[in-house]
Amino acid sequence: MTGLSRRRFLAGSTAAAAVTIGAPFVQAQKRGGTVRFIAHADLKVLDPIWTTAYITRNHSYLIYDTLFGTDEKDQIRPQMVDKHSVSSDGKRWTFTLRDGLKWHDGKPVTSEDCTESIKRWAKRDPFGKLLAAHTAKIAPADRKSFTLELSERFGPVLEALGKPSSNVPFIMPAHVAATPDSEQIKEFVGSGPFRFVKDEWQPGNQVVYVRNPDYVPRSEKPSGSTGGKVAFLDKVIWRYIPDATTASAALEKNEVDWWENPPVDFVPRVEQNPQLTTFVYDLRGQQGWLRPNHLHPPFNNKKARQALVHMMDQQKYLQAAVGVAKYYQTCSAVFLCGGPYESKVGAEGLAKQDLARARQLVKESGYDGKPVVVLHVTDIQALSAVALVTRELLQQAGFNVDLQAVDWSTNLARRAKKDPPAQGGWNVIHTWWTGADVANPAVHAGVSGAGATAWFGWPENGEIEKLRLQWVRATDRARQKQIADQIQRLVLDEVLYVPWGQWTLPYALTKKVQGLLRFPAPLFWNVTLT
Amino acid sequence: MLQEVARRLMATIPVMGVVAIAVFALLHVTPGDPATIIAGDYATAEEVDRIRTRLGLDRPFLTQIAIWLGQVVRGDLGTSIFSGLPVTTLIGQRAEATTLLALYALLISVGVGVPLGVLAAWRRGSWVDRLVMIFAVSGFSMPVFWLGFLLVYVFSLGLGWLPVQGYVSLGESLLGCLRHLTLPAVALSCIYLALIARMTRASMLGVLDEDYIRTAFAKGLPPRRVLVHHALRNAALPVVTIIGIGFALLIGGAVVTESVFAIPGLGRLTVDAIVRRDYPVIQGVVLVVSGVYVLINLIIDLLYVVIDPRIRY
Amino acid sequence: MLVVVAGLLAPVWWTGDPEALQPAERLRPPSAGHWFGSDQFGRDIYTRTIYGTRVSLTVGGAVAIASLVLGTALGLVIGFYRRLDTILMRVMDGLMAIPAILLALALMALMRGSVRNVIIALVVPEIPRVVRLVRASVLSLREHLMVEGARALGVGTPRILLRYVLPALVAPLIVQGTYICASAMLVEAYLSFLGAGTPPHIPSWGNIMAEGRSYVQLAFWIILFPGVFLAATVLAINLVGDGLRDLLNVR
Repeated sequence: MTGLSRRRFLAGSTAAAAVTIGAPFVQAQKRGGTVRFIAHADLKVLDPIWTTAYITRNHSYLIYDTLFGTDEKDQIRPQMVDKHSVSSDGKRWTFTLRDGLKWHDGKPVTSEDCTESIKRWAKRDPFGKLLAAHTAKIAPADRKSFTLELSERFGPVLEALGKPSSNVPFIMPAHVAATPDSEQIKEFVGSGPFRFVKDEWQPGNQVVYVRNPDYVPRSEKPSGSTGGKVAFLDKVIWRYIPDATTASAALEKNEVDWWENPPVDFVPRVEQNPQLTTFVYDLRGQQGWLRPNHLHPPFNNKKARQALVHMMDQQKYLQAAVGVAKYYQTCSAVFLCGGPYESKVGAEGLAKQDLARARQLVKESGYDGKPVVVLHVTDIQALSAVALVTRELLQQAGFNVDLQAVDWSTNLARRAKKDPPAQGGWNVIHTWWTGADVANPAVHAGVSGAGATAWFGWPENGEIEKLRLQWVRATDRARQKQIADQIQRLVLDEVLYVPWGQWTLPYALTKKVQGLLRFPAPLFWNVTLT
Repeated sequence: MLQEVARRLMATIPVMGVVAIAVFALLHVTPGDPATIIAGDYATAEEVDRIRTRLGLDRPFLTQIAIWLGQVVRGDLGTSIFSGLPVTTLIGQRAEATTLLALYALLISVGVGVPLGVLAAWRRGSWVDRLVMIFAVSGFSMPVFWLGFLLVYVFSLGLGWLPVQGYVSLGESLLGCLRHLTLPAVALSCIYLALIARMTRASMLGVLDEDYIRTAFAKGLPPRRVLVHHALRNAALPVVTIIGIGFALLIGGAVVTESVFAIPGLGRLTVDAIVRRDYPVIQGVVLVVSGVYVLINLIIDLLYVVIDPRIRY
Repeated sequence: MLVVVAGLLAPVWWTGDPEALQPAERLRPPSAGHWFGSDQFGRDIYTRTIYGTRVSLTVGGAVAIASLVLGTALGLVIGFYRRLDTILMRVMDGLMAIPAILLALALMALMRGSVRNVIIALVVPEIPRVVRLVRASVLSLREHLMVEGARALGVGTPRILLRYVLPALVAPLIVQGTYICASAMLVEAYLSFLGAGTPPHIPSWGNIMAEGRSYVQLAFWIILFPGVFLAATVLAINLVGDGLRDLLNVR
């Protein structure tokens, strides 16, 4: 989990390259107005490549545009790109930009801006890095088109470029994209439907955007981040109100229009209010993780890790972390329930809690009674809740537990430490991810068996790594599904991590706000105020 | 007098030095680092290191502190690690709200606390005294956030008189500013009120026993006149003292109050910065707030001379 | 005061588990099964509040005692050894200039969340205030006839401190101690509110309220009962302090 919010589901496979041109999108909605929005976090960093924080990604969707987008049905469709084609061997891609694309300072968007932006993105984003590893050359062909030459076949080229969540390959001017990836960009000029008003930006309080009058939207109907991005609103104001009770009162009192992250417990109250409504913006939602550290005892032992699977009671975790049953589901699929790779392969143990089996496995693992260090993030309610549940279940399975209270920042620093738990390391951490990041083997950080360079917890498993590489090189859907199943079986048997459930979250808003789009990030085009 | 002011000003320099070094050292040993927060979930250890190097966080402690002190002496508090904005700009954005909130709260607590204290002293030992003191102290006994929610319930959601949250700057609208600050100021003043009422009562008790007060009462002067003109003037000194001592308390309360009412003030800025380990911001704000604290106490010392001519340096 | 004593003794005869999670019974209003209702994890608020008494009083008491002891020791030393005075008082002034809650917050970020560390984080900002008080008294007592007389008789400094100075300090220190105790319990609640207090699985009045604050519209009982306990206790301690102040005639 990066930042404290959500991401979205990425369709894991061959998106149609052909663009369906629908009827021209009719603009009957009312223009004008200011929407006041309570964001889930405080916008501090403005560079969506430098950081993976969702709040920065959400900000970037207002001011930047993307080459491709992801629609409501998880299909990748062109956004800034007019036409694209691929050679018959699948190795040479050509992209041509559509007409009328302009930066906020009036200069035209060039193909060089695109190639430079992709290069910077590919230095940081894992999917981008994979693409880069399969790329021989990416270069402008003329002012409006560029080519991508692959060194090896790579299935999900468009999925990578149309990636909906952090890091999103947003297109920036070439001179801005020339900033080293370890440094924050200093100019915030985009080509998106809104402009960022830097002078009114008050970190910790508000962010202000105004409509970009020069934006030329596509003619298709909007869907997800694809289609016509028509900005009806004159102004968008983001507010940061960290206290949920205050945020809820502000919404009820009509001091704000739209609340991004109401805790689920507030939802019934919102639904009862005739002026308010909710909107589930992401049907698949997020997946919770319990991650053991594979480097140190007891969880360097496969049996001890398997005990974690058998002690798991997703219902209990979800009740504690999410609370309202309508918004959560137990799910043992590694690549999400409701996604193209949903599968029950190897998930028998996870589906049903079996404490006796867990206790037996703990014994067989030769556990020596040393306390298991569980990092307990106290300043994020959901994570605090699941750590308490884990502590209780670990004890029931026969472990001694040392619950260590840390704040979020300390947690980020601690989890990166490979030292033994007694010397500042850890045994168990919790996090959650939004769909997009666990939707397929290329983006799912939890199925990497790359050892020292895998996600925190550092599992090492050569077989899984081989399968992942096969997946990105596969181009037909059935083969990809088959590989994904094999990966799931291995992940749950070797227990790279343990999923603790899946849930969705709604926005809370006044009924005045209309035209919301389903997407993991809040999108402000197409939105009107009645 | 002027000489004394100059001497006292000079004496604040080592104090501020202690503050600066203490805060810097404290932050330096605190776990958590901005580079890991920025880099996010996917960054490799090597990428985090590169970010850290860019931010200058990998330099030795003494080098970092020397660089920072060098900047401070030139009036530059550095830039926020996250937003890249100068710390002085961030403080500038926030100072107004906190200052007005503190002044408003002070006004309420003096305006209510002093009369309560006088009343309690005048009717010493009676049920009025007890009631007043219990009322004052119970304000102090309730957590600010608790009281804050209560106020929002009654006055914003229930009666609809005042806004729930947020802030409108003085320049934009005087009335808007007052409306937004009223509930937070009331919540915040409760901490202070008890202190002031208690202190007023105690010093009034001392004064009321003095002969000249008794004489004044005996002469048949109306009690209000005696209390206000004769007694209160002499009791003012300790009250002024408590304003100085209470400043730190007020800032502490402001941190929580600003969170509850989503007011963009210095307290909230610091909490956010501590949570994220935005070192330059934390150091800058603490330095400024401590400086204000030292200055206020200096001004109070000087006020003594004005209030009570017997005090001389 | 009775409330406090009852609360203190309660854990002895109370048999519930304050940390037992029953997510199925979350956010239940007060009833026969849960006298004070249940919280978002289905934990019993009554049990947690009663157990919280222990933690909150421990924090209050320990902070008061520790800051009094350390502050007095430092204050006595500083008051009598003038050479240390300038340097140490500057350090104390510096510490005092940093708002206590920010200092405590930073200290909590530095240390792992635990009751002991909360106490440390609250004691550090409190010490300079005690030192000031003690030093001021020592400075005036130094000139006192009794002390001068003792010194003339060749009594050693440590002995003077213990025999003559310390007893004179007891009354104001006790009064000060009650205020420190009361404010420590409040600041502990503020730290919890800001996410840096006692770890959430250990109930204290402060963190029960801090955790329950998001639910105040949905389940007011989570925050109401510990809030009443906290307010009543702080009030009681403050009134005791006021009473002692009048009784001992401390200004």
